[in-house]
Amino acid sequence: MDWEPKILALCCHYCAYAAADLAGSLRIQYSPNIRVLRLPCTGKVDTEYIMYAFEEGIDGLIIAGCLEGGCHFQEGNLRARKRVELAKRFLAEAGLEPERLEMFNLSSAQANTFAEIADMMTERIKQLGPNPLRNKPRTPASGSRYAAPSAQSSLAEENT
Amino acid sequence: MIVAYRKHIQDLKRILRPHKRILVLGCGTCVTVCLAGGEREVALISSALRIAYRLDNEERQIEELTIERQCENQFIEDALEQIMASDAILSLACGAGVQAVAERFPEKPVYPGLDTKFIGILQEQGVWVEKCIACGQCILGEYGTVCPLTRCSKGQLSGPCGASIDGKCEVAPDIECAWQLIYERLKALGQLERLLQPVPLTDWSKSHEGGPRKLIREDQRIGVDQGGEQ
Repeated sequence: MDWEPKILALCCHYCAYAAADLAGSLRIQYSPNIRVLRLPCTGKVDTEYIMYAFEEGIDGLIIAGCLEGGCHFQEGNLRARKRVELAKRFLAEAGLEPERLEMFNLSSAQANTFAEIADMMTERIKQLGPNPLRNKPRTPASGSRYAAPSAQSSLAEENT
Repeated sequence: MIVAYRKHIQDLKRILRPHKRILVLGCGTCVTVCLAGGEREVALISSALRIAYRLDNEERQIEELTIERQCENQFIEDALEQIMASDAILSLACGAGVQAVAERFPEKPVYPGLDTKFIGILQEQGVWVEKCIACGQCILGEYGTVCPLTRCSKGQLSGPCGASIDGKCEVAPDIECAWQLIYERLKALGQLERLLQPVPLTDWSKSHEGGPRKLIREDQRIGVDQGGEQ
């Protein structure tokens, strides 16, 4: 089978990103299916981002933050874990395998751990197969909007 | 505030099935505060619905909008354009908001996206508790500001049932005995004698038991009639 999974790794600048960098410096081989995106902190990950990534057809998603207690912003990684759990519930209810999404904690020195995570997730996604949404017609998100009360009068006038 | 929780995505998918263009309408008041129906929840529920429909090869256009308040016509007008352009509305408001939107747009199918739970407060992060059953005649002043109708599992007004254990209700160990709280608070306030007063019969006709309630304040009805507060 020609298909190779596309896996996005949202990596915290202070730990997982540095660990991935170190893995490269150390010439540690890890799965080429991983696309690394650097974040200032995993606390930057909103649950919506995770959902949108799957809507766009990503096969797997790794959120990699600092060890618990080691967040540079106190609790960004703890918040991220809760959001990952919430996203897993939404994905499961919608009918997509929640195993495609996983949160990991590691330090910047754990280059081997990063490589193991990358290989493990690649193997897991290969077992699960491609994201079934990838080849289905897309219905783009309109984007969540807030109708501010200040706009209310003008909008009401336009329609009367 | 009014506390609510979202319905299961598959239940929403089922109920919305006949409609092609769906507006997921959030409410910026109580349900935003209890993290059930605000702008963020609109985004998440919409995303999950898109995934659910696409997995079944069903095409749906899902629009997202949150307005300040769904229980008032003046604010519903903010969503006029999007509502008119939709086949159906999934309202992430409390039961009052859902019905207000439906009454404003009699020709549009409107569905509830949330289960309205109770009038309550945020007790701690992620924990909401019921505090008021809206009985229509507040008696908190007599009971040290602990509502026996809401917080006593048996709704006893004339004293404790005697079955509490270490201040916890016999119904469930995570329910505090309201009568223990009433006693402690009145004692701390030096008002224990309030408990010696005979308790009058409750007029349940003022609660929902008397049918749907209506509050009319003539002093607020400008141009309708002259008169004072009813």
